[in-house]
Amino acid sequence: MSNIGNQKGAALAPDAEAPGAASPRGKAPHPLRAALGGGGNAAILKRVAIIGGALVIAIAVALLKSGSGLVVWQSVVTGLLMGGLYGLIAMGLTLIFGVLDIVNFAHGALLAVAMFIAFGVVQGTGLHPYLTLLVAVPALFLIGGVVHRGLLSGTGGGSLENQLLITLGLSLLLENGLLMFFGAEPKTVTLPGDFQFGLFGAVVTGARLYAFVGALLLGALLFWLLRRTRFGTAIRAVAANGPGAELVGINVRRIHTLTFAIGTACAGAAAVLAAPLITVTPTLGEQFNITAFVVVVLGGMGNVGGALVGGLLIGLVEQLTTIYMDGQSSLLGVFVVFVVVLFLRPQGLFGRRA
Amino acid sequence: MLKVEKVCAGYGRMQILHDVDLTLGEGEIVALVGANGAGKTTTLRAVCGQIRPTAGTITFDGAPTLGRRPDELVRDGLVHVPEDRALFGTLTVEENLRMGAWTRSHAQAETALREVLELFPVLAERRGQVAQTFSGGQQQMLAIGRALMAGPRLLMLDEPSTGLSPKLTWAMLEAIERIRDGGVSVLLVEQNAKQALAIADRAYVLESGSTVLHGTGAELAGSAEVRKAYLGL
Repeated sequence: MSNIGNQKGAALAPDAEAPGAASPRGKAPHPLRAALGGGGNAAILKRVAIIGGALVIAIAVALLKSGSGLVVWQSVVTGLLMGGLYGLIAMGLTLIFGVLDIVNFAHGALLAVAMFIAFGVVQGTGLHPYLTLLVAVPALFLIGGVVHRGLLSGTGGGSLENQLLITLGLSLLLENGLLMFFGAEPKTVTLPGDFQFGLFGAVVTGARLYAFVGALLLGALLFWLLRRTRFGTAIRAVAANGPGAELVGINVRRIHTLTFAIGTACAGAAAVLAAPLITVTPTLGEQFNITAFVVVVLGGMGNVGGALVGGLLIGLVEQLTTIYMDGQSSLLGVFVVFVVVLFLRPQGLFGRRA
Repeated sequence: MLKVEKVCAGYGRMQILHDVDLTLGEGEIVALVGANGAGKTTTLRAVCGQIRPTAGTITFDGAPTLGRRPDELVRDGLVHVPEDRALFGTLTVEENLRMGAWTRSHAQAETALREVLELFPVLAERRGQVAQTFSGGQQQMLAIGRALMAGPRLLMLDEPSTGLSPKLTWAMLEAIERIRDGGVSVLLVEQNAKQALAIADRAYVLESGSTVLHGTGAELAGSAEVRKAYLGL
């Protein structure tokens, strides 16, 4: 996935001749390179090597600390499985940022709304939890569209401060609305016929596996939409150059609304997949929101493919932190990684230098 | 087909255009020349719907364009290529071109793609390359090619020779003549008046936001007064 957005209008300045000669003639960029946001093959290898090296060290330290290979292995497995969901949530968030330049602080609260929709439908109709995807995803798509049209696309949504206040206010409103309707007591969504199996000693539940596979499939679907369809190309065109998109006849406001709706629907899908794994509370969106923001920055703001990889990494970091900290504060490690990345590579692991 | 009458426009409280009048008929190349800051770009932006005139009227095919957005006017056949080209830098050449045909059917897009790649063979060679890696000249061809994909009846070009070598500029002007011969009217804004007047059927001279002179390309290019006062030739 190419970087959506974070190089708007860059490099199109009229320069005399020739930089074209520097790039491979008549060749599409390598898909992996496009996915990782550019740079040469060597640069990508170097990045992968650095990330891989850091992971190896992190795992080795975890081994020393816990003294048990099995514990570490279980963390790695759980971390990766959870990371798929983080990736899906962050893909929606980064898509919205990349195309609309909106930092959506209500993303987590919208996710909570979807989770309560799933909970409510399961409670009310006895539907299989995963079948609530058919309700929650369209519902969140609609809510996303309405939020954009109603709150963000007018003149009020123009400036960064306004967007921040509007989305933050919306998230408070949604959380407290959920609190009012559903009460504060935690709810659970149980997956009928859930099972467990061993993966080289680690315990994997069916719900986790399904969530992971579902997140990857939906991520791939989003990828396909953006890369292979005319509509997806239009979304990338709007991200690359909004005025240019208008000049070829694209209704930019409509693309913005649909993109916001799709990004919100990603949170909706992730919510349904995550519902059997966690206790459902009105404020659960906050933590997902924070994690998703870290993932978005890690993957490069606006980089949809980077968000998926970033999600897996953050899932791992979170689980390994619980080993380092003896089960306390899994978010601490996430923030350490966040700060280090912001310090050393603010454009994200896979972002392009601005 | 295009009629601009007494148009005033600007940005915020800064008025740039005071009284712009021009007309353009089917199959014409009309050049808009003048010094930096005379209002050439603003005129194009007002015509294509990017900014809203504060006074005056603009009609395209007899219908007023006031209050219509650029993407709506593209559907009517009025296509603008801005000076910064506004390409989709992260998209490939082919994706850029196909997006140019956003308002058209698949079959129309295929035909247009063939024609554009014929007109600019370099684009055919590099159809998989990402647009932002292009040189200035290639980007200009891509920008015009993308505009042609929309099947324009009126093409507005803002400084198409910017960043081009003299040789490439002449190639570009030849391409513009060929586009006109293909039945597309062209409104051309050029800093480089000499070259613009060489291919223009008619031309307008803008000064301080008003059209002050009007004539055939040859007349304006031949007038000593014009050359000295406005064109710096």
